[in-house]
Amino acid sequence: MATLTQPPATEEPTALGYVETRGLSKHFGDVRAVDGVDLCVMEGEFVVLLGPSGCGKTTLMRMIAGLEKPTAGEIYIAGERVDDDVPPRARGIAMVFQSYALYPHKTAFQNIAFPLEAAQVERSTLRRKVQWAAALFGLDRLLDRRPRQLSGGERQRVALARAVVRDPKVFLLDEPLSNLDAKLRAMARFELKQLQRQLGTTTIYVTHDQVEAMGLGDRIAVMDKGKIRQIGTPRDVYDNPADTFVATFLGSPPMNLVEQDEHTLVGFRPEHFLPREVFGEEPDLVTFRLRVREVEYLGSDRLAYGYLEEERRSDQPVIAAVPITITAPLAEGEVYEFAVRRRDLRFFDARTGLRKPAPR
Amino acid sequence: MAPGPQAQATLAPPAPAFARRTLADRESVLGTLMLAPALAYVILLVGVPFALAILLSFSSATAGSLDFTWAGLRNFAKLLGDPQFHRALGNTLRFMLVSQVLVMVLAVSAAHVLDAAFVGKRVVRSLLLLPWAAPVALASMAWVWIFDSTFSVVNWTLKVLGLLPGWLYWFGEPGLATVAIITVHVWRMFPFATVIVLAGMSVIPQDVREAAVVDGAGFFRRLFHVNLPMLLPVVTVAVVFGVVFTATDFSVVWLLTRGGPYNSTHVLATLAFQRGILGANLGEGAAVALFLLPVLLVAAVVMLRLARRAEVGT
Repeated sequence: MATLTQPPATEEPTALGYVETRGLSKHFGDVRAVDGVDLCVMEGEFVVLLGPSGCGKTTLMRMIAGLEKPTAGEIYIAGERVDDDVPPRARGIAMVFQSYALYPHKTAFQNIAFPLEAAQVERSTLRRKVQWAAALFGLDRLLDRRPRQLSGGERQRVALARAVVRDPKVFLLDEPLSNLDAKLRAMARFELKQLQRQLGTTTIYVTHDQVEAMGLGDRIAVMDKGKIRQIGTPRDVYDNPADTFVATFLGSPPMNLVEQDEHTLVGFRPEHFLPREVFGEEPDLVTFRLRVREVEYLGSDRLAYGYLEEERRSDQPVIAAVPITITAPLAEGEVYEFAVRRRDLRFFDARTGLRKPAPR
Repeated sequence: MAPGPQAQATLAPPAPAFARRTLADRESVLGTLMLAPALAYVILLVGVPFALAILLSFSSATAGSLDFTWAGLRNFAKLLGDPQFHRALGNTLRFMLVSQVLVMVLAVSAAHVLDAAFVGKRVVRSLLLLPWAAPVALASMAWVWIFDSTFSVVNWTLKVLGLLPGWLYWFGEPGLATVAIITVHVWRMFPFATVIVLAGMSVIPQDVREAAVVDGAGFFRRLFHVNLPMLLPVVTVAVVFGVVFTATDFSVVWLLTRGGPYNSTHVLATLAFQRGILGANLGEGAAVALFLLPVLLVAAVVMLRLARRAEVGT
């Protein structure tokens, strides 16, 4: 893990990133919700905190927001240390909550205007800014409505408009799309990404949805048990997982992990694990015999669940995702020859789960 | 009987012996039965006296005879010209308004304090309810001692602190007596109101409160723009209760001052008792007692309407 995170700061401030945490921890009793996180977000960057529920991603965000007091560690926003006694309102952040947390008794206009009123912005400026934010999200016609008169998607946009309206230094978004239905979500994701590009505001986004993370993030920080397991571009995290947790958390279906020997696990993605004949005369292949137990037809893919029939056979089930364009026969109960390109294999230490170089 | 079902009965396995519908299954009967005692109670002990009071207020009945002479609106007309009645009506409204304002300010503040996390919160919460749980007559007796002309602990404490040059005769001066009565009302209503407001606060989603913090609102902006508006429906209920309780209260005033000194602290309830029972003029007493009814009815309806309109949706 040590190779993946920032080295501990040796001298004081000179913060590297626009938002930075150093050794940030939050303990609730014996539970280490966040356990020594070093995170460095560059100006204008879109970083996604991804992890299963309870991994500490929301607590980490809440500490950056100032809603939670760290047990230990430091937080810097725009070069200023804020963890100690800078209240949320002085941190220059705007947050969007999973529930949107709109003020139910206020109209959309009043909701969006609230942060400006709190900042005692002059009335005409306030009106102009609210109109601007509303236009940005296509809310012009809905400004007189109260939250309960708005649809889920509209509420979400009001929440975003309320966040955008006062030009925050940092956006903190806590699963803002998870209450939308699947169809809206894809559209909202696209719009959110566009918006962030357009405004160029540094953004930290919490989600447990890997599709959202891959689609939105400039970089993804994968968290588990209060620690960042890996941080990198979506491609990097997907292709070169730092450990078996990241390897199996990202990807659907997840990466196959098979014991190679007592020290090594070998991993390969289901979509790289294809019938042997697909590869033709290609060199550098590793072949496996796969006994198919079950085949799922998913429209664009067939998923073949089975076990490897090798001398070092494992009880670990493996999955092959065969695109529908490959018509090779796949029948339940049969054994087929499957292959993976050697460069698509990943190796992990069987004990620590950490990535290790390919054996020579 | 048709042969069909019987023929079938021989073929089919013996029907399980279903239990017969018991009383407990018949909700309409059971409902009526269980409501009956409450209904009887309300009709006998509230409805009948209430109807009687309305009837009496239009009569010149007295406690000493069984005569019942129709007096029309004469009782009410007489009251309108009676300075003592004016005083009592004014007192009723004054005690009610002042104590309600104080109660709500105190209750909202206390609810905010009790909402914060601190050690011993549960203990404080339960202690807080004590004034509400204490019997009003007993509590009032205690307050009589607290405000006693000779032994008043308030006076003694102020004296010891060097804050009181003379001496305060709490029940001897109209102004001080008013202060004493309002104090007891506030002391009595405040815990109940606090509990109601606390319950209301627990309904405000944590996210919304935090959103207000992140949006940069200070304490008072959060209080007046987020918490209080969202509390409004609940606060309205507390206020309606408070208004009705203080406006109709008899015991506090009667036990503390008996309307004195020189009838200056009478409220409608005590005046009605004095005129109707002690003074034996049942008709006039009933008229006094009923005077505020329309006002209270309107107030209650208006406030409940407001509460419904302010109903918080998500």
